[in-house]
Amino acid sequence: MTAPNTPMISLQGVSKTFNRTIHAVRDVDLDVAEGEVVVIVGPSGSGKSTVLRCINLLEIPTTGIVIVDGSNLTDVATDLDHVRAEVGMVFQQFNLFPHLTVLENITLAQRKVRGRSKSEASEMGMRQLTRVGIPDKADAFPRQLSGGQQQRVAIARALAMEPRVMLFDEPTSALDPEMVKEVLDVMLELASEGMTMVVVTHEMGFAKAAADRLVFIDEGEIVEVGAPEEVFSNPSQDRTRAFFDKILY
Amino acid sequence: MSEFRSSRDGRITDERPWWDTFPWWSVIILAVLVWMGFQIIVNDDYGLAWERIIPGLGLTLRSTIYAFGIALGIALIAGTGQMSRNVIIRNLARTYVEFVRGIPMLPLIFTVALILVPEFTDLLNTRLNAWFGWEFNLSFEMRATVTLAVIYGAYMAEIFRGGIQSIPPGQTEAGRSLGLNRRQTMRSVVLPQAMRAIIPPMGNDFIAILKDTSLLSVLGALEITQRARQFSASTFKFREGYFVSAFIYLVLTLSLSVLLGVLERRMTRDRKGER
Repeated sequence: MTAPNTPMISLQGVSKTFNRTIHAVRDVDLDVAEGEVVVIVGPSGSGKSTVLRCINLLEIPTTGIVIVDGSNLTDVATDLDHVRAEVGMVFQQFNLFPHLTVLENITLAQRKVRGRSKSEASEMGMRQLTRVGIPDKADAFPRQLSGGQQQRVAIARALAMEPRVMLFDEPTSALDPEMVKEVLDVMLELASEGMTMVVVTHEMGFAKAAADRLVFIDEGEIVEVGAPEEVFSNPSQDRTRAFFDKILY
Repeated sequence: MSEFRSSRDGRITDERPWWDTFPWWSVIILAVLVWMGFQIIVNDDYGLAWERIIPGLGLTLRSTIYAFGIALGIALIAGTGQMSRNVIIRNLARTYVEFVRGIPMLPLIFTVALILVPEFTDLLNTRLNAWFGWEFNLSFEMRATVTLAVIYGAYMAEIFRGGIQSIPPGQTEAGRSLGLNRRQTMRSVVLPQAMRAIIPPMGNDFIAILKDTSLLSVLGALEITQRARQFSASTFKFREGYFVSAFIYLVLTLSLSVLLGVLERRMTRDRKGER
């Protein structure tokens, strides 16, 4: 368990280089406290998704240390699968398993990783589906759902593992505009319940409403960190100002 | 075929008349088969050819089934081996596949059946003899079958690999991010989806193996083609011998592909709402 003052997530000097030449992430330091909501913004290709994916080691950092809930993920002795079960992840493209029903999507990892019985897993699955507002879709297949519903199932799937941390990688970017709100509402509720969250998004409204801190990343570096209103209205860096000038109107 | 246009009552329409979409080819093939069957019954020369060739059917079918079974095992190992994290396994699997795919089947059959398989069994037998006083005898026909399996194992390994790699990486990432390990992700997430891409070409390879058992005639295996050659050479009735063997192959391959079509349709139907 995490002691009160140690961060839930700690990135220390994390860099990621692709093919030895493309520096996607350069020397990123970031601590996220328990219960904190951190929103990462930045231009496309700035490395913000890569930073997020380094947190559960979907992307293995070239150098640097990643500590989640007291476990050093960059230590070869760490059981990665064990830690990943504690870190829920929601993807831009939902990544539901198309060959399984909604409920099967949610129970698979509970049974295989958490060792829950079928009925326990189903009960937990239904509870999470109710939480995201679509318990009636339990027996549907993913492709029968709208994008917004699919993304809510993906959130329910991650929550059913009872993770300590939730990571969101542009969760609304692939959605039709009318479905963005239903997903953001679920995320807002989650934030208000005290979940530790790291969110990569272009939804500045969500950042204002939910974020404790806003992180602006450009060219793989953290340029600016601060309270959302402050970074929006009074950025200290030129690069941050240039970015917000382009996207806010 | 949005390009297709026909006219009806002087107006362009996208409707196609029945005679345009009717599978005439199946009528033609069926007619040829019926004519051949009729010849075998009423014509003594064709009847004799049939009597001399049909005993090879057992060997043709047996080596097809055995070769397919063994090839399936080899393909699973070589296909997944190519994606292994272990550098040695990965490169050995790749070497095997590239070698076999790069050499035409006929020279490969000679190489494998006359050089590799005998030397390998000799090597194995000296060991087995020394340790257990027992030897392992591969019948001549089985040697030919194993040869075919070694060749098709490489082709089918590529089907496995292609099927698995056709599944978007996001699926693996989703599985791993939920805490499933590599094996669990492969078994519960990737393979069930990959099977849909794997089964149809596997069926095609089964038919291809059936046809390629004819190449085993160069080794002297008494399957359909070899018997047709012997019959034709001894009686000078080339037309009868080769027509009858073609007839047998056609009946086999056509009924197999009809069967496969049914299987594929059932496979897609059972998956309810899925793509």
